Amino acid sequence: MSDETTTTERTGAAAETPAAQGSSRMLEVTGLSAWYGEARVLTDVAIDVAPGEVVTLVGRNGAGKTTLLRSVMGLHRQIEGTISLDGTDLTRRSADARARAGIGWVPDDRGIYASLTVAENLLLPPVVHADAWPLERVYEFFPVLHERRDFPGTKLSGGEQQMLAMARVLRMGSRLLLLDEPSEGLAPVIVQRIGEIIREIKGQGVGVLLVEQNVKFASTVADRHYLLAQGKVVEHLGNDDFRARESELLTYLGM
Amino acid sequence: MSAFLQYTLQGLAAGGFYALSALGLAVIFGVLGVVNFSHGACYMLGAVISAVLLAELHVGFWVALVVVPILMFGFGVLMERLLVRWLLALDPLYNFLLTFGLTLILVEAVKQKYGVSGLPYEVPAGLGGQVSIGSVNLSVYAIFACLFSVVVCVAVGLLLTKTRIGMIVRASTEAPERTRALGINVGRWVTPVFGFGIALAGLAGVLAAPTRAITAEMGSNFIIILFAVVVIGGLGSILGAVVAGFLVGLVEAYGIAYAPTYAQIVIFVLMALVVLVRPSGLFGREEVA
Repeated sequence: MSDETTTTERTGAAAETPAAQGSSRMLEVTGLSAWYGEARVLTDVAIDVAPGEVVTLVGRNGAGKTTLLRSVMGLHRQIEGTISLDGTDLTRRSADARARAGIGWVPDDRGIYASLTVAENLLLPPVVHADAWPLERVYEFFPVLHERRDFPGTKLSGGEQQMLAMARVLRMGSRLLLLDEPSEGLAPVIVQRIGEIIREIKGQGVGVLLVEQNVKFASTVADRHYLLAQGKVVEHLGNDDFRARESELLTYLGM
Repeated sequence: MSAFLQYTLQGLAAGGFYALSALGLAVIFGVLGVVNFSHGACYMLGAVISAVLLAELHVGFWVALVVVPILMFGFGVLMERLLVRWLLALDPLYNFLLTFGLTLILVEAVKQKYGVSGLPYEVPAGLGGQVSIGSVNLSVYAIFACLFSVVVCVAVGLLLTKTRIGMIVRASTEAPERTRALGINVGRWVTPVFGFGIALAGLAGVLAAPTRAITAEMGSNFIIILFAVVVIGGLGSILGAVVAGFLVGLVEAYGIAYAPTYAQIVIFVLMALVVLVRPSGLFGREEVA
């Protein structure tokens, strides 16, 4: 990247995201490299997310976005670098310990269990934080999940499954959500609803790390954006810069 | 008609042994991803231990029905802790080979100690003889074995569908990685689930003891049929294992009665037909690419 961009990155980040500065960081990833066997898929990645902040990872397919999320969750283990949450180093912890420490997993396939009912899908994970949503609140916010609570989880539509996946980690009380392409394959009206949910979550001080191909959608919900290419963070932009350069970025990303 | 009902009952009783064992095989495969080849040997051990308890300690059938599954649970826990656990990170083939080797050891050990001729075991008091319903004579023990298997299968079904432990087992069976990412220490459930699966095979062995020749080799054919049961029911499906267990028991009994030459083949023809029509088995979920 050119020097000009680097300048944009610095000023952009500083101007847009005072919350991300100093000690208020929730998730902090430093010097993260990841491999699949001999193939290096992430190189020296540093990102952070503050409480109540929505941060996206944008990049082409194969840029390493999902590997980054999986490494933060502890599902991809062939890594170097450190991953910490609220100042606690989680790098050596198992995925289930990280989930109990407050990381909420919403995978790109929604991850709904066919062999569990909608209610069981919600009740499966342990409650890990005092701010966890009680079941009544989940049902109030997502009435469709209440209506379908005794259905097998996978009998829901794609959009309902996405809501269930998000509701599940809110019921758990996760402090940082890892959302992998929540808008993928959904009708515009549902995508809009997902956006509302993300803003609601944000309002409660929960952090969100969002992988998103849909640049327009990303710009309506996010505070900051990291651009990934070939396993490296190539740009770090505040949302205003991101919007201003949207068409350029779309071309750059080949979308 | 009378003969047909007798065959049906024999089939359902044998099916009960298959259903219980296949249920154990299915939960182990579900949670650990291990195909336990030694399941037939564990069934054999259940029967052999029952016979030894009776002959050497005068411990009868009813006590064996409780004690043997507990012993087999312990055996399963040891097996998982000492052996299976260390290979879980590798290709599942390694544990298949491990349990295959273990089968050979168990079978030879029993042969060395108790010989190749069958150990005696009589039908427990109160369950002997026949009961007449109209003009049909049915074996009391077969009725008992069949009902007992159904009750245990239903109880395990309730455990899996109505309890939190069951919910975790179902979730881990369906998607172990995702279940860990949702904060559940799947590893903690691995040992008890393995022990439980082995205990079910042992229980089937105790139930079979009064009606089968108790030999070191009795599990060898059993495990092959058990694999057919699991394929027919759908690998990883709990309900499939139970339904296919009883189905295979029936098909085998009718085969023995009406086409003795082809009795063994019939089961595998059924398996081939099921796989042709539904590659993932009767109750298996279609693989999502």
